[in-house]
Amino acid sequence: MSDIIKNGRIQADDWTVLRLAEGEEAATVALPAGRVIVPLALWQARRDALLEQARAGAVGVWLAGDDDPTALAADLAALPVIAVDFPKFADGRGYSLATLLRTRHGYTGALRAIGDVLRDQFFFLLRCGFSELQPRAGKYTAAQLEAALASLRDFSEPYQGAVDRPEPLFRRQPRRPLAREAA
Amino acid sequence: MYQYDEYDQRIVDERVAQFADQTRRYLGGELSDDEFRPLRLQNGLYIQRHAPMLRIAAPYGNLNSKQLRTLGHIARTYDRGYGHITTRQNIQFNWPRLEDVPEILGLLANVQMHAIQTSGNCIRNVTSDPFAGVAADERVDPRPWCEILRQWSTFHPEFAFLPRKFKIAVNGAAEDRAVIQVHDIGLDIVRNAAGELGFRVLVGGGLGRTPIIGEEVAAFVPWQQILNYCEAILRVYNQHGRRDNAYKARIKILVKALGVPEFARQVEAEFAHLEDGPSTLTQAEIDRVASRFTDPVLSPLQADAGYRARLAEDKTFAAWARRNVREHRVPGYASVVLSLKPHGVAPGDLTAEQFDAVADLADRYSFGEVRSTHEQNIVLASVREADLVALWQDARAIGLATPNIGLLTDIISCPGGDFCALANAKSIPIAKAIQERFDNLDYLFDIGDLEINISGCMNACGHHHVGHIGILGVDKNGAEFYQVTIGGQQGNEAALGKVIGPSFAAAEMPDVITSLINNYIDHRHDDERFIDTVRRIGVEPFKTRVYAERGARQQAGEIAHV
Repeated sequence: MSDIIKNGRIQADDWTVLRLAEGEEAATVALPAGRVIVPLALWQARRDALLEQARAGAVGVWLAGDDDPTALAADLAALPVIAVDFPKFADGRGYSLATLLRTRHGYTGALRAIGDVLRDQFFFLLRCGFSELQPRAGKYTAAQLEAALASLRDFSEPYQGAVDRPEPLFRRQPRRPLAREAA
Repeated sequence: MYQYDEYDQRIVDERVAQFADQTRRYLGGELSDDEFRPLRLQNGLYIQRHAPMLRIAAPYGNLNSKQLRTLGHIARTYDRGYGHITTRQNIQFNWPRLEDVPEILGLLANVQMHAIQTSGNCIRNVTSDPFAGVAADERVDPRPWCEILRQWSTFHPEFAFLPRKFKIAVNGAAEDRAVIQVHDIGLDIVRNAAGELGFRVLVGGGLGRTPIIGEEVAAFVPWQQILNYCEAILRVYNQHGRRDNAYKARIKILVKALGVPEFARQVEAEFAHLEDGPSTLTQAEIDRVASRFTDPVLSPLQADAGYRARLAEDKTFAAWARRNVREHRVPGYASVVLSLKPHGVAPGDLTAEQFDAVADLADRYSFGEVRSTHEQNIVLASVREADLVALWQDARAIGLATPNIGLLTDIISCPGGDFCALANAKSIPIAKAIQERFDNLDYLFDIGDLEINISGCMNACGHHHVGHIGILGVDKNGAEFYQVTIGGQQGNEAALGKVIGPSFAAAEMPDVITSLINNYIDHRHDDERFIDTVRRIGVEPFKTRVYAERGARQQAGEIAHV
């Protein structure tokens, strides 16, 4: 069990993220017991065998930065969770992947950030459509994670539209010209 | 200039709180160096040779007198009494303490300023024409568009961690003074055959290690769609720009690798999904943003007799007026450039007292506003002709009336090895040595328009590639040497300079410039500028002259063989 942030709260989580070790093959590697998030290559190699488990809510898929989200387009309704991996927090490809999954492909299920997920990126991650944030196990103490919830609300009215609020500020709020304000 | 509304203010206030907390966690050991680095960079904070350097945003170079006085206060209180105008129209302080930065940002927020995205691998401060709104050759005022781009790019969640930094420049005039051809995105505001407003979009320009002139990706994007189009460009770049090698990570490398047609095709494919989406701009939004620019309403004035008389009888004043005063679109007004290049001072530096004094000049003569330029000077955009003599006298009193705008000594220079941890070599002492060599004003006027740009390393903050004479600091077996290019140019005819040959020691640089100038004077036609002579006769005669005279000096034992 590890902790994730979901719906603005810290929650216990029982998914295992499977990463292929050196020498392991997507086609043959043994799956751990319980609910598991598998790499895209594994999903593609064993889709027929895993589809039922996905529908039953026991298998999800994670994407690397250079994976093409269209590879999952036919499976979006079946997958209980899609994760996007941040190998380093400064690798920003995952923000575009998440945005595309939500806006281009219409994915409405759980979207999880995994890997180097740090509190100072929480706000951006939420804005790009992530619904679950999973910092590396041991990255934060319970107290630090609790404090990190504040970072979900770093900015109250961002300027531009994004997945969470598609309309930019000038459409969401009545912004006034200067003359009217002075009057 | 643009006046914040409650939302603009809230965003900078929230930023101050966020960064104060991040700094507290860093100092308390909760954030590692690696984790804190991008956070502080996105707040303009570098760890430099001596101390942190804080880069403060001057959006498209606009500053008012209240902001200038705050900058003066910061220079006095948290720095060593001076600040520096950068080649991207921003302001840098070289000596603040990290612990003080949250407090400094708080002071800035009080006057509608910030340091957001002045560094880091994100969309940087948008730059533009320092004569926006007053230039006679302007088609469309670029400032509202710059502000719209500033707001769109500020904390854009998808583009906060790009492969590398990303710079946007906007031009709205016949003569491009924003150097849009050497930006990641260069936007040229144009009208199509039907008279509709839109943007010609250039992508992939840039200086640095691999200098490239940007290429046109779209001939006309309707103004309503410009944010959608920029989003498409950024998304293609964010997904496909190289992340394995920082030197190959700029968008220019991606554009070169794909080729312009393929890059444009990918952008168009992305744009097809975004066109007419929620980020589409409305006339009401453009009008609202434009309304928040507090420009004075100017009526034409009679030509001022006192000014004309002074021009005729006072050669010193006339020299200043000729170089530092520029035509204004409204008769009876002029724009004035305050030179931050007095001989012997680091280009672009202002003391705390000068920040205050410039604020006073702005209040007295130019409606309380100034613009910083990428040439590292300061513009008073709208000055009554009748005030020019008084302004000149006041500017002289504070050392900002050197009549050298556009002349050889109006040198663009990065801070270089005196301050910057990245530099291979010092820049400022080279600039000073050249200024000392060419100290005779009559001779400078005779040489005429000439741009010398100096960078202390390949990162090219001093824009050396587009200097008529470019000087690049290089490391040669641990010693500081300088490579010289000629023929570079900014503006509509932007071009990259060509290297003339092996590099020079610092002490040789004034002689090298002298050789180049003498060769120009021997070959020039009538009123031909240096750059035009280079273009006409080519690099070779300059090269031959420089190295022949260098050889002669070596023979004479004036310099060691290197």
